[in-house]
Amino acid sequence: MARNGVIGSSVPRKEDESLLRGTALFVDDVARSGTLHACIVRSPFAHAKVASIETAAAEGAPGVEAVLTARDLPPGLRPIPMRMFTSGPLNDYLQHPLARDVVRYSGEPVAVVVAESRYAAEDAADLVEVEYEPLPVVLRPDDAVAPGAPLVHERPGSNRAGGFTIEWGDVDRVFAEAALVVEERIECGRHAAVPLETRGLVAEVDRLTGVLTVFGAAKIPHVNRRILASLLELPEERVRLVELHVGGGFGARGEFYPEDFLVPFCALRLERPVAWTEDRSEHLRACNHSREQVHDAALALDADGRFLALRDRFLNNTGGYVRTHGLVVPGMTAALLPGPYRWPAYRCEVNQVVTNKTPAGTYRAPGRYEANFVRERLIDIAAHRLGVDPVELRLRNLIDRSEMPYATGTHTDGHPVVYDSGDYSRLVGLTLERFDRTRWLAWKEEAVAPRRRGIGIALFVEKSGIGRWDYARVEITSDGGARVFSGGASVGQGLETVLAQICAEGLGVEYERISVVHGDTAVVPDGMGAFGSRATTLGGSAVFRSAARLRERVLELASEHLEIAASDLIVRGDRVVARGAESRSVTLAELHELSRPARVLDRGGEPFLSEHDYFLSEDMTFPYGVHCAAVEVDTETGEVELSGYTVGYDIGRAINPVLVDGQIVGGVAQGVGGALYEELTYDEEGQLVAGSFMDYLLPTAGEAPPVDVLVTEDAPTPRNPLGAKGAGEGGAAAAGAAIANAVADALGAEPTRLPLTPERIVELARGAAG
Amino acid sequence: MTRREVEVEINGGIVRRTVEPRLLLSDFIRHEARLTGTHVGCEHGVCGACTVQLDGEPVRSCLLFAVQANGRRIRTVEALAGPGGELHPLQQAFHETHALQCGFCTPGFLMTLEPFVRDADPATLDEATIREALAGNLCRCTGYQNIVKAVQLAAERIHA
Repeated sequence: MARNGVIGSSVPRKEDESLLRGTALFVDDVARSGTLHACIVRSPFAHAKVASIETAAAEGAPGVEAVLTARDLPPGLRPIPMRMFTSGPLNDYLQHPLARDVVRYSGEPVAVVVAESRYAAEDAADLVEVEYEPLPVVLRPDDAVAPGAPLVHERPGSNRAGGFTIEWGDVDRVFAEAALVVEERIECGRHAAVPLETRGLVAEVDRLTGVLTVFGAAKIPHVNRRILASLLELPEERVRLVELHVGGGFGARGEFYPEDFLVPFCALRLERPVAWTEDRSEHLRACNHSREQVHDAALALDADGRFLALRDRFLNNTGGYVRTHGLVVPGMTAALLPGPYRWPAYRCEVNQVVTNKTPAGTYRAPGRYEANFVRERLIDIAAHRLGVDPVELRLRNLIDRSEMPYATGTHTDGHPVVYDSGDYSRLVGLTLERFDRTRWLAWKEEAVAPRRRGIGIALFVEKSGIGRWDYARVEITSDGGARVFSGGASVGQGLETVLAQICAEGLGVEYERISVVHGDTAVVPDGMGAFGSRATTLGGSAVFRSAARLRERVLELASEHLEIAASDLIVRGDRVVARGAESRSVTLAELHELSRPARVLDRGGEPFLSEHDYFLSEDMTFPYGVHCAAVEVDTETGEVELSGYTVGYDIGRAINPVLVDGQIVGGVAQGVGGALYEELTYDEEGQLVAGSFMDYLLPTAGEAPPVDVLVTEDAPTPRNPLGAKGAGEGGAAAAGAAIANAVADALGAEPTRLPLTPERIVELARGAAG
Repeated sequence: MTRREVEVEINGGIVRRTVEPRLLLSDFIRHEARLTGTHVGCEHGVCGACTVQLDGEPVRSCLLFAVQANGRRIRTVEALAGPGGELHPLQQAFHETHALQCGFCTPGFLMTLEPFVRDADPATLDEATIREALAGNLCRCTGYQNIVKAVQLAAERIHA
């Protein structure tokens, strides 16, 4: 493909200016005259019958316009559907926008108060009297599947909402005959995406057109428009979702939640704009949690340290309901648990389990953060038992680049997982060199008691470009620039910048002259948004193809005008010029004029310079990486200090290296949070203990480590025209694994549970000493 | 609830409103003065997104009531750029070092760091000192690394 140096260049971001000046529009900044404010009344119980709800006092409070309970919603209203990785039996576990007879987690919406101000709405919410009859609570997934456990959902009659098994080879025989078997219960703690901007919505009905507009969409505006229209029984054309600036997503924000129905419903019912802004403690109880899994996993090896089989049965705690993601999270765990290694035999039993906690969904590297922790921990334990260098043990078992494309044998949502490209051992070598492992090995020996030092490594294969297709249109504008309309979405990752770069490459127009429109369903006909590291790979590929088609049309029109063969013309900056005779040119602004209907229809031409295209990928792409961590552990206080951290990541092709770097460093900080600090702890009655930023500890600049990033482009994907694989998740994906392995090395103990809080570190250190 | 008159100088202009005593300063700035660059991330004083300068000192506007700012002077992110609209060196450095992604926390960082950078001595400004200065503000996107770089760059330029 043509390269003009825009792709691969770290151009400054288009998004920054308004964000830096404080003029960027986030959803809570939207001001509509006559706006009412909603406050959600939430269950204080983790599991209870709703005996009665008395709303009269709240309705009579100052400024209150309405109080709605489940009885006020349409009688035939269906629960919020799954949007991907669906499974029939899971339909019995879906959430209704407002609880009807039973509440199943603390924080579940039971009523909505709408009032003249947020203050008045919150005052009145306290006056809604709900009578609850508490029911027994079950919180741990292993307790939930034990015989006699309280049922979270009575009707389906089981707390195992669904699952499946992926298996090949004679697993039991291999384990029976293996020279070494490592078997552990490994648990990943519950934590969450926690974007800095909480969720929010403003919904209003246009009196002229009757169109319901909802501001505050994120991640998947078109998908959510379809869900909202279907729940409201409106044609999709009557519903418009608009994405504004979005203060971080990371998987959780932008899914369809109860509030995404309730706020638009109130706006329709009351015929006034209705706004809702989540507060932080509400966010921590209401927005998707993630990561809580309990694995019983085992590794079988021969005497030479060759991997013979991997066996895992795990429970994914999805909380009180199955939300939009269906089986995505545990499904991804099972699909990518094999990592970059060969497994002659494999069995992974997936169990999606409901409990009385907040429902769970995806969070950056969903299912893989957990899977990588499980697999890489088992490998290190095996290395310790065999007395082999953990790096050496890994190198013996890596898939070789000559085996690409490599069918792993697993599948996700019906698609076989086939790695597209990669040179895993090369990246291990490059990353360890960059990390300077030899130096850290020497550093380790200089630890002074009670502090100990260790280094850890973790390998992983990520996936990117889920949701297979996307849409783009590119047009020449009247001022001689170009405008991209993309089906992608921005959650703060720099989408506009990257798509403009790709458009510049495909079209030849300067980056500075390109603007990007996205996230408004009234302007962009369809799209799949931003999740699973897809916006660049799929959204970008759609832009690239549209831009390349548009370039042909631009050259064609210029050719007619200049009377020079199109093959002798190039798009350069703001104009089309003749090769070797640049004085002969026509500006894009002139071409735009020449493309108006009155100028072209007579000749049977097509008006305006605009081309759209869809991109459909045959399959996902698979970036891969290596995390290396050096830790110093205080065995008395339990503090873990990250002294060194290096990530090597091959993403095929980096569109904007500085942005890729930023994705990885930010991802590591989140991964560190889940490894050491962040845990959504509950008391035995099912109350969220870590319900504010005083207890739920996001890493600050004091905890997030300096990260050295090595991005390589050794294995471009053949599955899209850019060669690019997604970069969004690799920073988080193996942080828990690498840090746990480093702590194991430091303490001479085998941690099997994240996060490694000070209490757990001290306990491990004592166990190792005893 | 008895409402009270509040008069605050914000970014050089006077904002006078009659408000409930419980109205948070963050809500006053955002919804009464309509300066929405100041963001609310937690409303319990931890994340720092709502940081503004009160009589020159960075404060968390979600931890103050509007009435407490009566007769005082507030500066928000909207007033950080120069008189001709040129970005403040700190804003410019954030842009050049990719120190923001979603940008929601950015105004709080800028208003916290602006006096820090102004008073810093670039000769002794090491990474540990900068990280300590940042540690009261949460960012979920960047991992802080490029914010550290931005502070270094801005300090060098301001004190050049």
